Amino acid sequence: MTTLRVLVCDDEMGMRVGVARTLRDHRIEVPDHGEPVCFEVDQAQTAEQALWKIRDRAPDLLLLDQKLPGMSGMELLKALEQDTPDMLTVMITAYATIDSAVHATKMGTFDYLPKPFTPAELKDAVRKAAAHLLLVRHARRLEEERRRVRFEFIRVLGHELKSPLNAVTGYLQILNDPAAAPDPATAKQMIDRSLIRIDHMRKLIVDLLDMTRIESGQRRRELVEVDLAEVARMAMETLEPAAQERRITVALHADGPTAINADRTEMEIILNNLVSNAVKYNRDGGRVDIELSCDSDSITIQVADTGIGMSPDEAAKLFREFVRIKNAKTRNILGSGLGLSIVKRIAEMYHGAASVESEPEVGSTFTVTLQRRSEQTAENTDDLAEATNP
Amino acid sequence: MTAETAHKTGHVLLVDDDPDFLLQQKVMLESAGHTVTTAESAAQGQELAQRQEFDAAVVDLMMEEHDAGFTLCYHLKKHRPDMPVILVTAVTSETGHEFDASTREERSWVKADAWLTKPVRSEQLTGTLGKLLKD
Repeated sequence: MTTLRVLVCDDEMGMRVGVARTLRDHRIEVPDHGEPVCFEVDQAQTAEQALWKIRDRAPDLLLLDQKLPGMSGMELLKALEQDTPDMLTVMITAYATIDSAVHATKMGTFDYLPKPFTPAELKDAVRKAAAHLLLVRHARRLEEERRRVRFEFIRVLGHELKSPLNAVTGYLQILNDPAAAPDPATAKQMIDRSLIRIDHMRKLIVDLLDMTRIESGQRRRELVEVDLAEVARMAMETLEPAAQERRITVALHADGPTAINADRTEMEIILNNLVSNAVKYNRDGGRVDIELSCDSDSITIQVADTGIGMSPDEAAKLFREFVRIKNAKTRNILGSGLGLSIVKRIAEMYHGAASVESEPEVGSTFTVTLQRRSEQTAENTDDLAEATNP
Repeated sequence: MTAETAHKTGHVLLVDDDPDFLLQQKVMLESAGHTVTTAESAAQGQELAQRQEFDAAVVDLMMEEHDAGFTLCYHLKKHRPDMPVILVTAVTSETGHEFDASTREERSWVKADAWLTKPVRSEQLTGTLGKLLKD
């Protein structure tokens, strides 16, 4: 239950009591607001008293009589200036003229209720105001959430970029320190580790640029006929050295036509990420099976590995940014933590989805579905950027 | 060199899930005259400590679980109350939370003899270790 606080400011006691009585047991439903809304009514006899109450604690909704002894309703609004951005004002007046309505609106009044009004008219005006108020607050919360996510992203990114620099700096300091004097084998190990960390940092930056371009919608997308089997074979070729080193067999199974109207770079990002993960998180001597299948509307890419797998809890958060499953088994595997979140975003651009099924110690199967003939065009990037926003 | 040789040296257990930190500190501790055994997880560290005697332990706070270092520290101290334990943490720069064991109360519930914040300079670690081994 949401309670909205209403302040009714009117010099007629009958009016104040009437409003309080009408709203006291009134419950309303507001669209997109999960719970019913009720009202708590406070009263002020004069604008001066109302001003004092508002300054003390602003209500959500002010029902304000225009004609008051002493300070008028309009003067009260002027006195408040822009101090109460969270409060909505509904002006009550017996002198319903266009002019006064326009003036009241200029002063930031949300609505306007001519006297005399029936309880039904009051309820209607209050319902409209409440819906507006809650909608604005909801939008503001979403905006704050978006900003929070952005800051969090930058914070983690900063950490992810700093950590390889720290490692490499550490190695260089030791190599530069006459007192440390590591033996040649250890020195070589330190240089090798430095190169690995730098390489990882480069991959992170590449992923970051990929993600930024996809998200901004500014990358020029070229939608052409792309054969996914060919893209898969290229990914296999790229990863062959890494797979061979650990005796991992990578096989492609293509069933039927594998062409899709798509941007080639985006398809490469998907397959490279999935196949590279399947090799990285596999066991020595394991298998990677890439399966492409299609029906009339969609193409499904499935990449199955015989690797370390993961728990349902770990799988559930896997597609989020910078989520890397951290445990004893993944300790020495480097990754940017962005690959799968990029894959998911691209899949969504093709009105598809990305998911994983996994069992610890048995393996994981990643499935990406893409619509073959989506409505998208190369120019239509605004919608796509929208679709990829978190 | 005289300052370093003046330090008492010993067999140090070094526990961290970051292979780079492990390698770097191992080289630096060895060059300061210590013998070093490394462990890549809290569990491995605990197992090693049960099987052999160490003169000191250097433990990373954040391993598999965020407080794995605390737990390991507790077990090490329970097993060998007199063995100095140094906790290493990146927590200050990562979260802004400051951890310290400078007061008696803090020392009483966190079973570490010294705290170091990453990035750890090698002379910081060898210096702290040398002092604790002398006590």
